[in-house]
Amino acid sequence: MEIRPILATLRRHKLTAILLMLQVAFTCAIVCNVAFMIIYRAQRVSMPTGIAEDQLSVIQVAGIRQGANPQAQHVVDLAALRAVPGVESVVATNGSLPLSESSSFYGVCPTRKALEQAMQVQSLGSACVQPGVYGGSPGVIATLGLDLIEGRDFRSDEFVKDDQPPAAIISQALAQRLYPGENPLGKELYTGAKNPIRVIGVVKTLLAARLRMPGTDYYTMLYPELPSGTYTYYVMRSASQDRERVLKAAHAALLKVDPNRLVENEGETYTQIRAQYFQRDTTMISLLLASALGLLFVTALGITGLANFWVGQRTRSIGIRRAIGATRVDILRYFQTENFLIVTFGVLLGMLLAVGLNLLLMKHYELPRLPLWYLPIGAAVLWLLGQLSVLAPALRAANVPPVVATRSV
Amino acid sequence: MFGYYIDLALRSLKRTPVLTGLMVLAIGLGIGASMTMLTVLHVMTEDPLPGRSAHLYTPHLDPLPSTYHQPEDGPEPNDSLTWPDALALLQAHRAVRQAAMAGGTQLLTPQRAGLQPFDINGRYTTADFFAMFGVPFAEGSGWTAADDAAHAHVVVLSEPLARKLFGAANPIGQTVQVGNNGEAPNGFRVVGVTLDWAPRPLFYEDAAGKPYTDSDEFFLPLSAAIDLKLSFNGNQNGWGHVDGDSWRTSPNSSWLQFWVQLDTSAQVRAYHRFLVDYSAEQKALGRFQRPATNAKLYGLMGWLAHENLVPDDVKLQMWLALGFLGVAMLNIVALLLAKFLRRSGEISVRRAMGARKRDIFVQFGIESALVGVAGGLLGLGIAQIGLWSVRQRPDDYAHLASMNPSMLFGTVVLAIIASVLAGMLPAWRACRVPPALQLKTL
Repeated sequence: MEIRPILATLRRHKLTAILLMLQVAFTCAIVCNVAFMIIYRAQRVSMPTGIAEDQLSVIQVAGIRQGANPQAQHVVDLAALRAVPGVESVVATNGSLPLSESSSFYGVCPTRKALEQAMQVQSLGSACVQPGVYGGSPGVIATLGLDLIEGRDFRSDEFVKDDQPPAAIISQALAQRLYPGENPLGKELYTGAKNPIRVIGVVKTLLAARLRMPGTDYYTMLYPELPSGTYTYYVMRSASQDRERVLKAAHAALLKVDPNRLVENEGETYTQIRAQYFQRDTTMISLLLASALGLLFVTALGITGLANFWVGQRTRSIGIRRAIGATRVDILRYFQTENFLIVTFGVLLGMLLAVGLNLLLMKHYELPRLPLWYLPIGAAVLWLLGQLSVLAPALRAANVPPVVATRSV
Repeated sequence: MFGYYIDLALRSLKRTPVLTGLMVLAIGLGIGASMTMLTVLHVMTEDPLPGRSAHLYTPHLDPLPSTYHQPEDGPEPNDSLTWPDALALLQAHRAVRQAAMAGGTQLLTPQRAGLQPFDINGRYTTADFFAMFGVPFAEGSGWTAADDAAHAHVVVLSEPLARKLFGAANPIGQTVQVGNNGEAPNGFRVVGVTLDWAPRPLFYEDAAGKPYTDSDEFFLPLSAAIDLKLSFNGNQNGWGHVDGDSWRTSPNSSWLQFWVQLDTSAQVRAYHRFLVDYSAEQKALGRFQRPATNAKLYGLMGWLAHENLVPDDVKLQMWLALGFLGVAMLNIVALLLAKFLRRSGEISVRRAMGARKRDIFVQFGIESALVGVAGGLLGLGIAQIGLWSVRQRPDDYAHLASMNPSMLFGTVVLAIIASVLAGMLPAWRACRVPPALQLKTL
């Protein structure tokens, strides 16, 4: 296909061609970045927590009667909840659970020396980390459905209230970060409290209560620490389909134990907790998706509309070309090549703009760097879109009969 | 002539109904999305206290040790004041009015039969709060500086809470039982009832709150709250040594918000000078370690900008919407240009018959403006749908998302600007079509 005559024609429609090219460029730049943001958010939304989310539900209680002992109250409540039909097990926690947003993060160091260094410079430094910390009543590992891959569960005599726990179970990610290449079992954690805390077990996966920085979100540990705050959260495990019913029954059971307190109306299944935590992300994903599709649609519309005008404008020249021997395929190819050229210039500029836009977003919105392989994919999508949108007008052009050449307008 | 041009434009648009419809749709979507996000941004950055905000300032000190390391994602400790510093600023009384404050949630045990205990959100503050912020009262008034000094157990309730607790009875002089969990509640005597009042955003709240939905149901003296060790909501940052339970009064723990009223620029300068002098004095005493000039005085709007209340997602959505509008406009410029130039023959006939360049420009300008106006009207509808969908979000700001008359007007203006901009280039190219040359090819 000879492209010089096409370029010559485009030069005559310079302004229109440049406008279309700019539109393709901006679409390419925006769509590349939007696609990247969609994938980034989708990865966040699908992060596993490591707990048996589809079998858990949580109900919150506040306002224990004056003078009552919270732990004694928990024992009574737990017994009442265990009696609810469908409940397989239940534990009391202080509300800090994966994706619950109510979070505790403590600094821990793998050695006393690292701790002393950190205290001196009042910074965690490189040796120490700030994992998310969870507590709960006995049975917390089994009820949450955590996968204990090394060591043992807490013994009932290890549970403390308002005191420093003697032992901890840590996540595999945290074990590898604190003691790379070593067996974490029996190791000591230094937290700045009087005594170090012994690592007695490792769970495979456990996500923090809220996501802070990619790479540190799986640094977590569990203390055998009974809840003692104003609010108590009971986590119940049941068959997936029983959860709604279990929550209703649990609400009634808790009010029966002590009608004079605040029980959060419905409680929540873990599916709801996850949906709530990521609600902003899911909204954003659908908005991003809608705008990317909208942009592609508008650009396709622009290409088709313009090609239609050009076919109409050039009907006579097409007829002449056909009369002097051009085949239908030649005419079809002409318009396809013309579109390919415009879109190619557009995506070349667009790829540069995409990188620029990403740098701008990185500066203002803490977005990671756009992987470069998004660019050829974006380009391919626009090439395909261009060819699809020009197809109908190009076929119309190919159907112009040679006899048109002999007619006057 | 104008009527004739409109008629011509309508005929021309009708000749390509699908294309015209799609152009209108594209610009409508662009304008609708942009106006949705601009409206959300507008309501989020509005002045919370028009008329008063220009005189309200919040002082900030830097009592952190020089070795203090700010955690990666933690709250800024210097966004709040320590109790000793707040007390010093209160007692110095250098501003027209000044108040320290912190938010709190308390369990209220109603005396009325049939009412369960429930949580109430409110503020522990000092006497000037009400006059400084112009809180409207339905009954009674705030408390006095003497009450602050006496750590008096008095409380101001919001009207809905007072109605809920006391019904039609006069709430003034009644006692409400407020208490932390597991402890004996404390009786507080009602001295005032506020009318419905909640600045948006709730600028005096600390960064942990929800400034677009939170409102205060009660106010009670900060001194009494500290006495009773009432729990508080918000960020509490400690550094150095803080004894377990005494963080409220520790010089190494920041948790209080502080606002002052300064009426003239001379007062503002003097107050800033006072803050720097105070810091220098504390540094000389060995309590502060960092430069005294770290002391800052923010105006209300400046403070809101510093707090950066608009989430990044919302800003990103706005840029996305504007980007969409930009591409839609480029699209329309290209289409109108091709469409107008295709009518070069018609243009040259009109030119040859005496139409001036200006006439051609106006004729085609009107045609593009018509597309813009139709797009703007569609955009207005789309923006209403967009705002409705924003209101369905469970976000803090969602319920505020609706258009006021000025935003409605802004939408129409944006649509006209966009369409005139989009039509300008094609109309200009069309009016440059020379008369004779085109006639020859006919």
